[in-house]
Amino acid sequence: MNLPLHILDTMLDTVIDVLPITAIILLFQVCVIRKALPNIRRLLTGFALVLIGLTLFLVGLEKALFPIGRLMAAQLTDIGFILKDSLSAPPTWSSYYWVYIFAFCIGASTTIAEPSLIAVAQKANHVSGGAIGIWGLRTAVALGVAIGIALGTWRIVVGLPIHYFIIPGYVFVVIQTYFAPKVIVPLAYDSGGVTTSTVTVPIVAALGLGLAETVPGRDPVLDGFGLIAFASLFPMITVMGYAQGSTWLASRQKGKLQYSRQP
Amino acid sequence: MRQCFRAINPLNYKAPLITLFGSFRDLLPILVVVTFFQLVVLGQPFPDLLGLLTGTVLVLLGLTFFLYGLEISLFPLGDNMAYAFARKGSVFWLLAFGFALGFGTTIAEPALIAVSDEAAKVMANGKIIPDTGPSRQQYADGLRVTVAFSVGAAIVTGVYRIVRGWPIHIMIMIGYLLVVIMTILAPREIIGIAYDSGGVTTSTITVPLVTALGVGLASSIRGRNPMVDGFGLIAFASLFPMIFVMGYGMLYR
Repeated sequence: MNLPLHILDTMLDTVIDVLPITAIILLFQVCVIRKALPNIRRLLTGFALVLIGLTLFLVGLEKALFPIGRLMAAQLTDIGFILKDSLSAPPTWSSYYWVYIFAFCIGASTTIAEPSLIAVAQKANHVSGGAIGIWGLRTAVALGVAIGIALGTWRIVVGLPIHYFIIPGYVFVVIQTYFAPKVIVPLAYDSGGVTTSTVTVPIVAALGLGLAETVPGRDPVLDGFGLIAFASLFPMITVMGYAQGSTWLASRQKGKLQYSRQP
Repeated sequence: MRQCFRAINPLNYKAPLITLFGSFRDLLPILVVVTFFQLVVLGQPFPDLLGLLTGTVLVLLGLTFFLYGLEISLFPLGDNMAYAFARKGSVFWLLAFGFALGFGTTIAEPALIAVSDEAAKVMANGKIIPDTGPSRQQYADGLRVTVAFSVGAAIVTGVYRIVRGWPIHIMIMIGYLLVVIMTILAPREIIGIAYDSGGVTTSTITVPLVTALGVGLASSIRGRNPMVDGFGLIAFASLFPMIFVMGYGMLYR
């Protein structure tokens, strides 16, 4: 399809997608709040920019990243590539090491580019008065997604049931909650859901499905799912860990200062 | 409360340029990873270099416009509505708005439509529902409504928590416990889909709006801390669908 037509098409989809939210907001604004919105022209300009931005973003992803992402997922999970430098004839779980490395890297890099994570990080930075760094939070979440997806691809290769991982993960999150600074807990819980939207899901889904098709004994429909769940679990752990680490560093610094002040 | 309005002056030409540079920095890791794996690990040239380049430029512009527009529209809008509801003082209308927002944004979500169609296929393959067009469609539609309803219920729960100031971790733990119990009871085929459905419900427009709503609400109700009480709505919105989807799967056993 040619580019202007594709952009127009995506724009239409985005508008339809956003229509329910707009209708709900207008309805409540007019019928319940009954007050004119302040700065209405600025709001409308911003809303138009959001729509145009999201459209261009999606068209660009569709044109550039998704084809290459899918192609690479297919090439990396291809049985010929897996066996290329594997000495033992039947591939073991370790023959897929490039897949794990790719999963880790693509998980981290797509999360850094995820627009909703940027939005939440900005809000958190603002609300905390700068105590939570935008880049600190984004790096912590990206690391969590990377670990999650790498572990998730390993699970598909070895073929263990998903709840063997998710339920202990929950138990870990619950225990960690008691040790983490109270202020970070809600944000950490949120960061699990924020990570997986426009950029990460399509590439990761292609990786999971490609893997479940190549590994002998895996069923694509049964084992191909579940990577997203891994990607939403681990950021909670890393974000709480990030907060624990930074308070620990701060308290150590403080301790040193007090120590040095003593005569 | 009004802090968000001062963030960027739209007439200031420098601000978009800074955002554009920021977007480039955000996209750089993906480009590095893709180039490294394609050229070094797989040892193959890019199949469509021109497409890749135009696509990257579009992504760059798109991200810039999106973030810039967010700062002057969705964030102040969410803030403003939270403030208006808090001043009105009617919990009922606040919860009604929360439900409408959760349900309305999820039912039209393209990712959800794709996942529910996929789920219907899995169920038909597993001989749990008859493998005919209408019955698959019925299953997929039921799943979609279930997930949308669960997100609505999640926002209502989360907003009510902010109003009352309940601690989030106790509620999330109860939620996890329910997920564990449902995992034992639900049919095996639905589990992967249920776990994934938690992640797909939160779209790029819903997240900033819902976050601004929660934080705005916590800052306009006396005695609430925006950091401790304002966040957490997304967490509920990704937890509830898991429980409801497994419940839906059990209905069809």
